[in-house]
Amino acid sequence: MTRENVWIAGLAAPVMIAMLLLFAGSPSATANDQPQAANAEVKIDNFSFGPETLTVPVGATVTWTNKDDIPHTTVSTDGAFKSKVMDTDEKFSYTFAKAGTYPYYCTIHPKMTGKIVVQ
Amino acid sequence: MEKKQGLIDQTLQDLNNDGIDRRGFLKCMAWAGTGLVWTMSGGIPMSRAFAKGHDQSVAKSGNFTFVQISDSHIGFNKPANPDVTATLQTAINKINAMPHTPDFIIHTGDLSQLSKPSEFDTLDQALKGVSAKQIYFVPGEHDMLSDNGEQYLQRYGKGTKGIGWSSFDHKGVHFVGLVNAANLKAGGMGSLGHEQLEWLEDDLKGRSASTPIVLFAHIPLWTIYPDWGWGTDDSEQALSYVKRFGSVTVLNGHIHQIMQKIEGKVSFHTAMSTAFPQPAPGTAPSAGPMKVPADQLQRVLGITDVNYLVSGRSLAVVDSPLGDSGSSASGHGGGPGGGS
Repeated sequence: MTRENVWIAGLAAPVMIAMLLLFAGSPSATANDQPQAANAEVKIDNFSFGPETLTVPVGATVTWTNKDDIPHTTVSTDGAFKSKVMDTDEKFSYTFAKAGTYPYYCTIHPKMTGKIVVQ
Repeated sequence: MEKKQGLIDQTLQDLNNDGIDRRGFLKCMAWAGTGLVWTMSGGIPMSRAFAKGHDQSVAKSGNFTFVQISDSHIGFNKPANPDVTATLQTAINKINAMPHTPDFIIHTGDLSQLSKPSEFDTLDQALKGVSAKQIYFVPGEHDMLSDNGEQYLQRYGKGTKGIGWSSFDHKGVHFVGLVNAANLKAGGMGSLGHEQLEWLEDDLKGRSASTPIVLFAHIPLWTIYPDWGWGTDDSEQALSYVKRFGSVTVLNGHIHQIMQKIEGKVSFHTAMSTAFPQPAPGTAPSAGPMKVPADQLQRVLGITDVNYLVSGRSLAVVDSPLGDSGSSASGHGGGPGGGS
């Protein structure tokens, strides 16, 4: 690869990411606002919960998986659920029987927050 | 060295938004790894090389040395450092090789990775071989993971109050170990809590303003990078209680890298980890363990050696990486604004 090509690739990557984000921002973002399938996943990666807000139907089971090299927890701020400490690749699941909004955070890294909306 | 300098420069840019010119000051810190001494004297920081003369002054009566180690994370086994027990052992060997046995050691938390009994056992076993007779601990968030810190307190918190805070006096210096890594609130940073703050205020009350004070806690007691939770929500209140003292040294861990700040008579310092480095604030997507080439690892891990000199009622902080041969930083002098 010539130096010039490297530059173009370097410039192209952010543009492509921006375009992907734009697309993600329109149709799929609305999908997050709608109740999803009964089982849903939250990935813990780079000290954040993804997606940060997840909307699920009543009765859905949400499974968190820790993809970081550092342990994390998933603890509801109002006490509805509380995971054990999840080391790398460990999981925690909780079934939401009641509608409502469930904010949660990692008690080890409290800057990490997320929300499950049960409809 | 160049790599580290680069990281520190980047850190500076992130920290310099407050308009305080720390650039020259922190640049000096790039030398810390090779044994730069910071001396606090009447609130004026002075730096000089870690040389023979320094050892002699420590030997005088009333002067003493203690060592801070931090973030051993026993049980961590990921690529950033697959053998954290070995690097802790290297740190211990370094302490044991010091010309004067330190009076004691302070461990500023994250002894373990997952608060497992086996991890604490491994740590205890390794620390049995250290020259210093006494070790004081404060917990990190990794040490109180599953049982509200019960096991930590049983093993390391004897005689402490609350969730592990305590104070003691040593040769005229007052030391306070604080716990800011427990009961953390959603969206927040480190937290001391009302009960501990009240205790601290009471603990310091009535002490002479000329008593040198050393505060130590796991999470930094100054805000380094809120996005990553690198600070303590209620630290300002704690610091308001030490304002009247002539010499205050604040020692923290948690961020696995050296950072220093001096504000009036208060000097803040964070130590390297004995386990793995973490990125400079904002230089990575998250604060996760930073992978460096295996032959570079010992340069970014280390111990902190603090010397108290009676003559100046001052504390000098020396950071030494594990991979350092102990040689001095030659030809370095002057204050934080110039020098380096």
